[in-house]
Amino acid sequence: MTSSNPPTGQPGVPVLEVRNISKSYGGAKALEGVSLALQAGHVHCLAGENGCGKSTLIKIISGAERPDGGEIFIDGKPHPFMTPSQAIKEGIQVIYQDFSLFPNLTVAENIVLTSVVAKRSKVFSAGKNRPAAEHIVKELGLTLDLDKDVERLSVADKQLTAICRALVSEARVIIMDEPTTALTHSEVARLFGIVRKLQDRGVALVFVSHKLEEALQVSQDLTILRNGIHVVSGPTTGFDRRSLIKHMTGRAVNETRLITSPQLEERPVLSVRSLSVSGAFHDVAFDLHRGEILGITGLLGSGRSEIAESLFGVLPADSGTVEVEGKTVRIRSIDDAIRAGIGYVPEDRLTQGLFLEKSIADNIIAGSVDKHRRGPILLDSGKVSSSIRRLFDQLRIKAPNVLAPVRSLSGGNAQRVVLAKWLANQPKVLMLNGPTVGVDVGSKEEILAVLREQAGNGMGVLVISDDVPELVTVCNRVLIVRQGAVVDVLEGDAVNGTAIEELMAA
Amino acid sequence: MSDTRTLSRAGGLARFKGANNEGVLALVLVVLIIGMTIISPSFFSVGTFFAILRSSIVPLVFALAVLIVIISGGIDVSFAAIAIFAAYTAVKLTGSGNFDPGLIAIVLFACLIGALLGLVNGAVIARFRLSTLIVTLGTQGIFRGLLVAYIGSRYIADLPGSMSAVSTSNLISLEGGGANAYLHVLVVPVVLLCVLVALMLRKTMFGRGIYALGGDMEAARRAGFSVVRIQIALYVLAGVLAALAGVFHVILGRNANPQDLVGTELDIIAAVVLGGASIFGGRGSVLGTVLGVLLVQLINNSLILVGVPTAWQRTAVGVLLVIGVGIQAISAKRESKRVLVNDEVKE
Repeated sequence: MTSSNPPTGQPGVPVLEVRNISKSYGGAKALEGVSLALQAGHVHCLAGENGCGKSTLIKIISGAERPDGGEIFIDGKPHPFMTPSQAIKEGIQVIYQDFSLFPNLTVAENIVLTSVVAKRSKVFSAGKNRPAAEHIVKELGLTLDLDKDVERLSVADKQLTAICRALVSEARVIIMDEPTTALTHSEVARLFGIVRKLQDRGVALVFVSHKLEEALQVSQDLTILRNGIHVVSGPTTGFDRRSLIKHMTGRAVNETRLITSPQLEERPVLSVRSLSVSGAFHDVAFDLHRGEILGITGLLGSGRSEIAESLFGVLPADSGTVEVEGKTVRIRSIDDAIRAGIGYVPEDRLTQGLFLEKSIADNIIAGSVDKHRRGPILLDSGKVSSSIRRLFDQLRIKAPNVLAPVRSLSGGNAQRVVLAKWLANQPKVLMLNGPTVGVDVGSKEEILAVLREQAGNGMGVLVISDDVPELVTVCNRVLIVRQGAVVDVLEGDAVNGTAIEELMAA
Repeated sequence: MSDTRTLSRAGGLARFKGANNEGVLALVLVVLIIGMTIISPSFFSVGTFFAILRSSIVPLVFALAVLIVIISGGIDVSFAAIAIFAAYTAVKLTGSGNFDPGLIAIVLFACLIGALLGLVNGAVIARFRLSTLIVTLGTQGIFRGLLVAYIGSRYIADLPGSMSAVSTSNLISLEGGGANAYLHVLVVPVVLLCVLVALMLRKTMFGRGIYALGGDMEAARRAGFSVVRIQIALYVLAGVLAALAGVFHVILGRNANPQDLVGTELDIIAAVVLGGASIFGGRGSVLGTVLGVLLVQLINNSLILVGVPTAWQRTAVGVLLVIGVGIQAISAKRESKRVLVNDEVKE
């Protein structure tokens, strides 16, 4: 891919280059000898597991941190380090995972505000600045409502707003931190369309991702970091999925379909018949047996999450029956669901499932206090601490001890704490919504292994996900949900990537 | 999809509601006025109208100070302490009325004190990133204590001539027919302040910075706003506004009492929150605040008229505050549902 219209610099001279960057915090080395060269009009994928130093590198490029050693070149000119305002002046823009937008301001104002701040202007005129925002939105061919408050936008539109903002500030380098984590397939496709438009404008992009297909699909160059060390760089065509994983994790990760065929009992552990919630889904019916992992998939808004929320009492069903181990249960509230033996790990693991400021131990036990009681009032502290110890070890949570606050954990480890919390309750049925969203390849494999293990111990597991490879690796059967109805059930060899993708989008 | 129709209907409603429920508030005001008129026909008169405006003068200036703090994502409970500190000190310096440096000098001096006390708030909050509620709770105690201990605890009945002259000036005087109506001259500077603050919030980068701060402080930092400078400046401004309110209070009451204005904080904060300012920060308008203050004053006035004991006024304001916050919380919940629906429509 060549850029049709590079704005500055001679061809061949990287817009931005870092050489031999190293950085340590206290005694711990975060980066060592990392180099990276960005070409105008190219997408450079920066890949690596959580904690590999990707964010530190971004911070150094954007001026938020100073490197201990190494050099930064912009258009071939050396800079020992960057400051945030210098970086912005040189056209380096970071689109953070949380987008750093102002939820209370309109799209138009969000797009232009940063550039007005950079001009050191004292006054602000919404009217005068609007054309700049309009121009950029039109140029990218977007349909954004400029007058809408950002907090009322979908995640994808928020991201587009952030991209527009970067372009208004005349960005030459745009760094996107995990841009596809919160997007659905169609939104990702739209994002990639925009990425191509940015390439045509001669923008150099850095794509930080651990979704491998996307990295391979969208980038021309690739750099992989592991534990702060530069593992490999090169044109993307020289890599495939397997070699990527190997470079990222330092070992070969097994991603093939790995399921056991449990001896199915005659009576299902969970039996759902003609379950309906108006406006969300209708006439949903399925059985789940002990030892089985059942996938539920569909596009965002297809009703896949609502089915789980209904079974967990968040969104009580309008009609239909639910049986747990042959007994009919009425689920009107979360309490009902827990009592019936149903557990749910929500989609937004960080905000919905955890008390971030509390310790790992408190979080593990938070959902199962009733199971650890001695008499009506007192907690059985011996039982509590043995449960905590057992789950902490079983799930291999990486933390100095059980008293560390959950906020200090990485995404993958936080997800494990949520799992531990639900396992402490010893549910008969465990539902997980997007169990590995935002989790790196290595942790993902381990989480899926935990699910297999739990199923092996006789639990019924329900995985709601749109991560197709994940469904293929772990699910015995997969239900396809489209527009609120279960349209197909895949079983055995029929569970494969192409079949699921075709049925989801059909 | 059936949702799209409800959406467009909600859109029409949203236009009337205004960005911060100003439309709803205006409607409540009108309904209340009609109701009061039916209960007691004498209520609906120019006299009552002017009286409510007069009683709104001091609360409105306070409310402007509270508004900018709340938009920035903070809360200030020290404004009443700053107000009486500044106004009482200014009057005391005139030798309790014996020496008159002129109205402008007195007002400027009071503003200077207000700015200094606001600077204390702002510096502590911005420098140490502490909870604004706790800091201002602390400073309000400190300011009150210092005032009584070092400046004076005695009631001053004689204001300097330039101040007491304003006390008795009316902008409009309607007399005759047994019903006299007077509109106090101080509504002029108050209206001016409202316009200035509204322009400041909407048209200056400082104002937009206050909204940005209230929306997401980290994002504001990343966007290049100087968060510390904005925070300090806005508490200084709030201090100046509070001092002006204090001076207006002294002028209207024709005396300076260091024990005054204690306990008026709730009314003001309630009015601002009712006016649509979000307690979570980032939202609020001068128009909404004006309506909120008028509503609280109207209720305080009308309850007396229909014979409700004054004790119940506190209860009424408390109920209003809870309702105001409740509406915010519920509409925030609806909002998040609407975003979900929008996503579905798009798919």
